[in-house]
Amino acid sequence: MKLRHMIWKELWQRPTPMLTSLLAVTLGVTALVAIQNITVFSERKIAGDMESLGANVLVLPPSVTLQDYYGADMHGHTMPEEYVTRLALARLPGVENLAPKLCVEAEVDTIPVTLTGILPRSEFQAKAAWQGLGMLGNAVGSDRGCCATAADIGEGDNDPNSLATTRTIAELGDRDVILGCDLASQLGAKTGDTLPLLGEDFTVLTVLPSTGTIDDGRMFAHLHSVQDLSDAGPVVNVIEIMACCEDAAGGLITNLSAELPETRIVTIAQVVQTQIAVNGLMSRLSWVFLSILLLVGGASIASVMYANVTERRKEIGTLMAIGASRNFVTQMFLGKAAVLGLAGGAAGFVVGTIVAAVLGPQLLGIHVRPMPMLLGVGMGTATIVAVAASLLPARRAAGLDPCLVFNDA
Amino acid sequence: MYQLNSVTQTYERRGQIVTALDNSDLTIPDNDFIAIVGPSGSGKTTLLSVLGGMLAPSTGDVMLDGESLYDLSVEERTALRGRKIGFVFQSFNLISWLTARENVQIPLMLSGKTAKQQEERAMEMLDRVGLSDRTDHRPSEMSQGQQQRVALARTLANDPQIILADEPTGNLDSETRQQVMSYLNEFHQDGRTIVMVTHDADTAAFAHRTIRLVAGVTHEVAMAEAA
Repeated sequence: MKLRHMIWKELWQRPTPMLTSLLAVTLGVTALVAIQNITVFSERKIAGDMESLGANVLVLPPSVTLQDYYGADMHGHTMPEEYVTRLALARLPGVENLAPKLCVEAEVDTIPVTLTGILPRSEFQAKAAWQGLGMLGNAVGSDRGCCATAADIGEGDNDPNSLATTRTIAELGDRDVILGCDLASQLGAKTGDTLPLLGEDFTVLTVLPSTGTIDDGRMFAHLHSVQDLSDAGPVVNVIEIMACCEDAAGGLITNLSAELPETRIVTIAQVVQTQIAVNGLMSRLSWVFLSILLLVGGASIASVMYANVTERRKEIGTLMAIGASRNFVTQMFLGKAAVLGLAGGAAGFVVGTIVAAVLGPQLLGIHVRPMPMLLGVGMGTATIVAVAASLLPARRAAGLDPCLVFNDA
Repeated sequence: MYQLNSVTQTYERRGQIVTALDNSDLTIPDNDFIAIVGPSGSGKTTLLSVLGGMLAPSTGDVMLDGESLYDLSVEERTALRGRKIGFVFQSFNLISWLTARENVQIPLMLSGKTAKQQEERAMEMLDRVGLSDRTDHRPSEMSQGQQQRVALARTLANDPQIILADEPTGNLDSETRQQVMSYLNEFHQDGRTIVMVTHDADTAAFAHRTIRLVAGVTHEVAMAEAA
């Protein structure tokens, strides 16, 4: 028999206070692990999104307040389409492509739909040719000052599904529409079907794969068709700019502001800044939650340990009478606290990871995986708190007078 | 051999000084069997605590084998107690959540014996007190007499030179009392020193000497032949 054997047996002898303490510690670590897990994977997703979007820049009407990158064209404010031509002709360094959009409400067989007008890249080629700028090279920007890492805009790719990932498309007919996957399901439409829209028949060019954004519920058509059929005139809600890289986009903002002073220029970094700030807040909050819950857990453990010392006075006295040193008695209580801390930390990690795995997809649309580092953090923190909370009770136990073992003591 | 020289032990209770031992002198040679009797509050338990190295007297010396017990540090006294002194308690003081064998293993564990040595010695001791068939029973699963026999086995585990017994038969019926005293007598025959506090004259009759404590003062009342 060893000390650890005694600790283990005693723990199971009094399971109720043990489980109460364990629960308090577990909750603290659960909060830390769940929030940290969600925060870390949310940050990774944002980083991934930014990487996949490149150094995107949005040109908006000046009165627009932007909350959602994917809903940048849904504010109802417009600006002249002529700005697109000005930007294309300016051939600003770093600009890879332009994607003007106009968003209108329409109906398909009495089902309300969000119809978004987009301009295919072929239109810019035509503008460039018309302006005598040639067909070679970039139709809308220049290579001057552009860094080596180009944004992936699917140049030369005629797959209409590229709209889902690069937010541009090479070709789009006057009476073609592209459907988001959710809207296609709602309409029961598939590629090749004909849909009545704004008094004309449109052919479904393709159904986009799921993107997890509001684009899944949209319908895309040629910008000029949307302008004509909705009587909106030659206006757009937003001009998305695909820049070749973030460095170029940094210098680009100044050039864009100079070229279009009557607009509002917003970078994708600014759009996600709020989300990043929220993530940072969550991360800090998780430590606050951990501190509060571990404080409660620590107090619970201290209380249970004090009660345990009182309850076991005679037992401790007996052990001391038959040769247990004060150090042994201290170790007996601190060992018990360490077991509670380690078990609470491990259980908190498991529960926290499960909570994050369940809530992550539901709340933020992110998939969460276990983070082994948090197991170490959780177990370490919980053990330190449990042992620290038990120091005074253990000291009290070690200071007990062994004479209390006698009959009338 | 124990030698108590002018030992006085006082307590303060509600602002009043209570004298538990009053300038007591006592010599307990090796292999003695002593019964300490006296009314409640006469200082019997205090004397046992002082002898056990658990209560430093206010004044006076306690010598054990020529060594001043209370000149040792607390840890040294604890180690000495584990090595030389065994205790028998009225209410047995077994650890309720350990089996009989594990209870006997405790002093062996505390003295640093290996798990195998602990088990072998515990089995040997339980066999000696006639409980080899109850090794895996918890105290609650045993009778009072069996519990006291487990406690005796625990006392003997480290082969102590001295046994301090506090009312060892106080919770037992007459038949079991007889049995426990037979064991104590047997341990005495093995060469051990027994110091026993008791209220019971029949139990005290097993001892060679009886010391009566009255108001903290020791009085030698009888010498007897070995039982």
